[in-house]
Amino acid sequence: MPKRTDIQSVLVIGSGPIVIGQAAEFDYSGTQACRVLKSEGLRVILVNSNPATIMTDPEIADATYVEPITPEFVEKIIAKERPDALLPTLGGQTALNTAISMHEQGVLEKYGVELIGANVEAINKGEDRDLFKGVVEEVRKKIGHGESARSYICHSMDDVLKGVEELGGYPVVVRPSFTMGGAGSGFAHDEEELRRIAGQGLTLSPTTEVLLEESILGWKEYELELMRDKNDNVVVVCSIENFDPMGVHTGDSITVAPSMTLTDREYQILRDVGIAIIREVGVDTGGCNIQFAVNPEDGRVIVIEMNPRVSRSSALASKATGFPIAKIAAKLAVGYTLDEIPNDITEKTPASFEPTLDYVVVKAPRFAFEKFPSADSTLTTTMKSVGEAMAIGRNFTEALQKALRSLEKKGSQFTFVGEPGDKAQLLEEAVRPTDGRINSVMQAIRAGATREEVFDATKIDPWFVDQLFLIKEIADELAATERLDAGLLAEAKRHGFSDAQIAEIRGLREDVVREVRQALGVRPVYKTVDTCAAEFAAKTPYFYSSYDEESEVAEREKPAVIILGSGPNRIGQGIEFDYSCVHASFALSDAGYETIMVNCNPETVSTDYDTSDRLYFEPLTLEDVLEIVHAEAQAGPIAGVIVQLGGQTPLGLAQALKNNGVPVVGTPPEAIHAAEDRGAFGQVLAEAGLPAPKHGTATTFAGAKAIADEIGYPVLVRPSYVLGGRGMEIVYDEIRLASYIEESTEISPSRPVLVDRFLDDAIEIDVDALYDGEELYLGGVMEHIEEAGIHSGDSACALPPITLGGFDIKRLRASTEAIAKGVGVRGLINIQFAMAGDILYVLEANPRASRTVPFTSKATAVPLAKAAARISLGATVAELRAEGMLPKHGDGGTLPMDAPISVKEAVMPWSRFRDIHGRGVDTVLGPEMRSTGEVMGIDSVFGTAYAKSQAGAYGPLPTKGRAFISVANRDKRSMIFPARELVAHGFELFATSGTAEVLKRNGLNATVVRKQSEGEGPNGEKTIVQLIHDGGVDLIVNTPYGTGGRLDGYEIRTAAVARSVPCLTTVQALAAAVQGIDALNRGDVGVRSLQEHAERLTAARD
Amino acid sequence: MTTSTRGAGKAPAVLVLEDGRIFRGRAYGAVGETFGEAVFSTGMTGYQETLTDPSYDRQIVVATAPQIGNTGWNDEDDESGRIWVSGYVVRDPARVPSNWRARRSLDEELVAQGVVGISGIDTRALTRHLRESGSMRSGIFSGEALAADAELVARVQAQPHMKGASLYEEVATKEAYVVPAVGEKKFTVAAIDLGIKGMTPHRMAERGIEVHVLPATATEEDVYAVAPDGVFFSNGPGDPATAEGPVALMGAVLKRRTPLFGICFGNQILGRALGFGTYKLKYGHRGINQPVQDRTTGKVEVTAHNHGFAVDAPLDKVSDTPYGRAEVSHVCLNDQVVEGLQLLDQPAFSVQYHPEAAAGPHDAAYLFDRFVSLMTAEGAQRA
Repeated sequence: MPKRTDIQSVLVIGSGPIVIGQAAEFDYSGTQACRVLKSEGLRVILVNSNPATIMTDPEIADATYVEPITPEFVEKIIAKERPDALLPTLGGQTALNTAISMHEQGVLEKYGVELIGANVEAINKGEDRDLFKGVVEEVRKKIGHGESARSYICHSMDDVLKGVEELGGYPVVVRPSFTMGGAGSGFAHDEEELRRIAGQGLTLSPTTEVLLEESILGWKEYELELMRDKNDNVVVVCSIENFDPMGVHTGDSITVAPSMTLTDREYQILRDVGIAIIREVGVDTGGCNIQFAVNPEDGRVIVIEMNPRVSRSSALASKATGFPIAKIAAKLAVGYTLDEIPNDITEKTPASFEPTLDYVVVKAPRFAFEKFPSADSTLTTTMKSVGEAMAIGRNFTEALQKALRSLEKKGSQFTFVGEPGDKAQLLEEAVRPTDGRINSVMQAIRAGATREEVFDATKIDPWFVDQLFLIKEIADELAATERLDAGLLAEAKRHGFSDAQIAEIRGLREDVVREVRQALGVRPVYKTVDTCAAEFAAKTPYFYSSYDEESEVAEREKPAVIILGSGPNRIGQGIEFDYSCVHASFALSDAGYETIMVNCNPETVSTDYDTSDRLYFEPLTLEDVLEIVHAEAQAGPIAGVIVQLGGQTPLGLAQALKNNGVPVVGTPPEAIHAAEDRGAFGQVLAEAGLPAPKHGTATTFAGAKAIADEIGYPVLVRPSYVLGGRGMEIVYDEIRLASYIEESTEISPSRPVLVDRFLDDAIEIDVDALYDGEELYLGGVMEHIEEAGIHSGDSACALPPITLGGFDIKRLRASTEAIAKGVGVRGLINIQFAMAGDILYVLEANPRASRTVPFTSKATAVPLAKAAARISLGATVAELRAEGMLPKHGDGGTLPMDAPISVKEAVMPWSRFRDIHGRGVDTVLGPEMRSTGEVMGIDSVFGTAYAKSQAGAYGPLPTKGRAFISVANRDKRSMIFPARELVAHGFELFATSGTAEVLKRNGLNATVVRKQSEGEGPNGEKTIVQLIHDGGVDLIVNTPYGTGGRLDGYEIRTAAVARSVPCLTTVQALAAAVQGIDALNRGDVGVRSLQEHAERLTAARD
Repeated sequence: MTTSTRGAGKAPAVLVLEDGRIFRGRAYGAVGETFGEAVFSTGMTGYQETLTDPSYDRQIVVATAPQIGNTGWNDEDDESGRIWVSGYVVRDPARVPSNWRARRSLDEELVAQGVVGISGIDTRALTRHLRESGSMRSGIFSGEALAADAELVARVQAQPHMKGASLYEEVATKEAYVVPAVGEKKFTVAAIDLGIKGMTPHRMAERGIEVHVLPATATEEDVYAVAPDGVFFSNGPGDPATAEGPVALMGAVLKRRTPLFGICFGNQILGRALGFGTYKLKYGHRGINQPVQDRTTGKVEVTAHNHGFAVDAPLDKVSDTPYGRAEVSHVCLNDQVVEGLQLLDQPAFSVQYHPEAAAGPHDAAYLFDRFVSLMTAEGAQRA
């Protein structure tokens, strides 16, 4: 039965900003889905507030709305576009929740929009814990297998306390309903923990519902990915086994595909239960993910949960098997059946089969606890990782070691030198699941722990434990051998040892090991991911390396460009870089090159086998990249390797690649050095006559003090060689400077601390530009909303700049050109400036694609990353203008007067983290980046665009109600005008006594609220924190008093996060919010697609 | 349970193909020499069931899944009384089995049963080679059996071909036995053992069938001596073109119009009894992920396969046979190979794959229900 003919247009809802638990995987799924639907001839309408996505590229959908994903805005889009159908299963929990809420409000019915891919009943059955328990019971009746953990549904704290008794006491698991990534769930070992976790859970759950469950800690955990079509054909695409047993969220677990420790009988029980569940839930068409716990003692199977939609795991399963779940889900949604859809990889066989693997896949999570030093690092059922790496090997050990080195984090790889430590202590450490527990286990093994001891401490399956022993035994052999021979080297490589690891064990240099290895002819081969274990010939060159006999890399004729991706997502290096890599691939393919992508991040579009001509799913280390270059050089001509689009990861390899004779195209490694090295960059600035803030470097407190005394406080201090502002702090006085130096462990003579003059009250400006050696194309100028001192990644910004004039742009252009030329850029450069008084300071320059490239590209309707890729390969700005890739005239600095205003807002992960006492972590912005994602608001005026950005990031700004204001002394002056505006809009002001006094003197009445430290008043007057918790505050303005102090502000801001009350922590944000509120109150906030914006912009340019 | 450590199992071994290609690895299981047709099986689970499946008689099985032996060997999952494969080829064998049902390691079981294997070779390269060149004769050599390459190739080339091999008698039971019905007995079925797997009578017994498993040499008299409500022809090894006895017996059953169900080899025998030919597939279907379409309902089932031969019957039309009209009921969507036959004028059908599914998915279990309904309908007619 072919596709439905009654659907002409489909609305696809994306997943919004990248947050923990809902990340780039939904861009991958959504992009696939949109492309499929478009190729089926449907009009595709897309809404997603996240500009850093490929799916929001104007060519992916017919009408792309970068608008907030809220029922209000989506309704506006529906009213305008009148789609026939809505596909809600590809945008994560955000899309599903939005669709359900629009169904409940009758919006879908009103406009005659059909929900496809899943019906409301099925969504509810899958997501509602109580209903889902019924489903599992029904399944058990039918097939005799599967059960739910014994549990208790609660809607109040009384229910919760009663539930614990019903279940026979602690520990219990608390799971709030309808939250994503397991937000708010956790283990409660006593009443205090229970009250805290369940209390927050009740708040987080949109239905004020939590589930208490019997503890199945330590059981084996599995997932199945299933697909069903309208003819009730069901296939299991992939089984996934968690290395970490139950108790750790699957997103935070090391996971393995296919399952490793199930017999066929046990596996078939999971499969039968899974199929019976997808039928019982009634997922009409599409994919779902089901999680199981299996008791290692007796095989008792408990069904944990299901997601009736495409999920993070389904993205992983797609990459692990080569079976594109989202793409097929989209086809099924418009009426195809599985047997009608060909398997892309074989082209000859249908999609109605189950992939079989002849390799092992390991996914390892990447965390960012170093960004949240006060957060408790214990892994729980609330997901905390910010990214992941996947690796493929011909066995588990190879895949595991590749995954660990793909994480690109110090200490993520096993080390076998030095004293392992005390066995008992290491085993004790391994009991608590944490980031890097596997390394503690390895050290415990080195310290003499037995298999049984490791199992008893961790409950990691004995087969996995033995694999760790296997790795350790090979390390021992490497250490003991007299000389490295081909046999032992090959054996070590077969089990995933990197040259660097071998070098460390042997006390050699990595390049020496590499030379010896290559001289002995021990080199990897490349195998194909083909869905069928080689039963059929594969047409899709999706490769992974292995130390085996036969390579499958085919010869080619066209010159190839190798694009190095950005590796696992992390704070500071996320989906934005993947966006640029994917664009490069598209642009270079169009320009006639063969494109070859290298990356190890399963969440991304770049690792879709459809994106480039060839895909290498490999770690981005020097060793792995050199081997790929070698293999490809033998297959055909190589035009070059692109390192400037994938962030710091490939940039850091540039010089070493060049030293090894690899042709790095675009900005040369020497130029990269000129921008990154402080001395060299200082030279560039001096030659161009550009000022930088005064600075110096020191290795001791005395040295730092001397610099600070000379340039004056406040100063910005940071360790050298760090990314994302790691460890960066604004220091206001000598006392803090002393303690900073004392606390900082990373300072040494070779790693001095950098002390910069901090430009108080400066406007920070970001510029993205292209340079071809002759001509500069100013991509865009972004003016930060927050003043300098807040990491650019965490600051909101506006493009075009809202307060800069033509003269300023002229100066920015001249400075940018001077730097691009001085450094020697060929491609993209990002420069951060600070305007203080009338002086334009240069803060830093990055000779690569920046985080803001996708935003700038979308705001100005010009594909900067594509142009950068072309320039890297020798095209000029003039040629690209002539081709039409860049505008004929003008650039991002000369946007027409009526160009739309785009606002980028950062999204922070505060609600994910707790300190060891279970309290929230502080939410103040600073020079260290901590945001995980971003949204874009676009409209014709700033206020509306800002309001949209807030609605997209945190929920709508309030248009009336109670505003609480408490600001630091230095902010009191600038608070008065915005506060007056709030009053004009009908807000009632609340303030702490000091702020209230200032307001009063300026003619604004504010109710004085008790501080938290003052406690409740004699007549029951509530403190501000109590008020927030009671829902008595609609808007919070709270700027921090200096640094470090855990005063009232901390309590206020964490309460705001817990209650999801908009909380502004800078006065600049307040001023912008007031403009937004003003826009909202004027009404008539409309929606407009990127295509419409672009059309107007192009018309205005010509 | 002994724990093997690195250092053990390092004895060199070679796998030699008749076309002269040689793979070098390490001995796995028993050390020595073995010969058989090299075939690859793509299942990721169920090696215990695969190894004990009589249809793998005289075959050297290559596991495409690289990690083998992880769940050890238990006392429940055997599909017959012994391991039938003549050799086993794996990439990364487990050193420590892990499963609550495991009683010993796979390695130990292979040694105990004298099954010669090889590990540590590029099984994917081998699989690709077999896919392109077709299944072929091969041998595994280790220990004292090792010799110069040319000598080993010659030894392999001296072995008989699978085409034309009659093997079912070698694997079938010599004595009849009864598998009692689970719960109330509703039917009696005579099952001709051509290499039957243990799960097959079990699936019938679960449905109230008392199964009389008869030797491959059973005669029409033997069959009807048990007063069967239905007759079943099992799976089995070898070339169906050699199965004259079973084909003749099948003809007799068809003549009597007794409800009939065949699996795998049984499907090929039905094909031959109906007058269709059989032929050898280039590299066969062996795995548990094969998409088969039931052409009567249009639904697709994911099924377990183990067949090197197939029936040559027209897909697009109903054929006239000595027993009335027949049609292809099931087809493999990967390559359009005939996967099932049914007669339209009398109660007989068969499938080329394994609805008993051990190892493999349970999607096709409905076929046993179909057999039961044929017997029910026939019983009602007679009553």
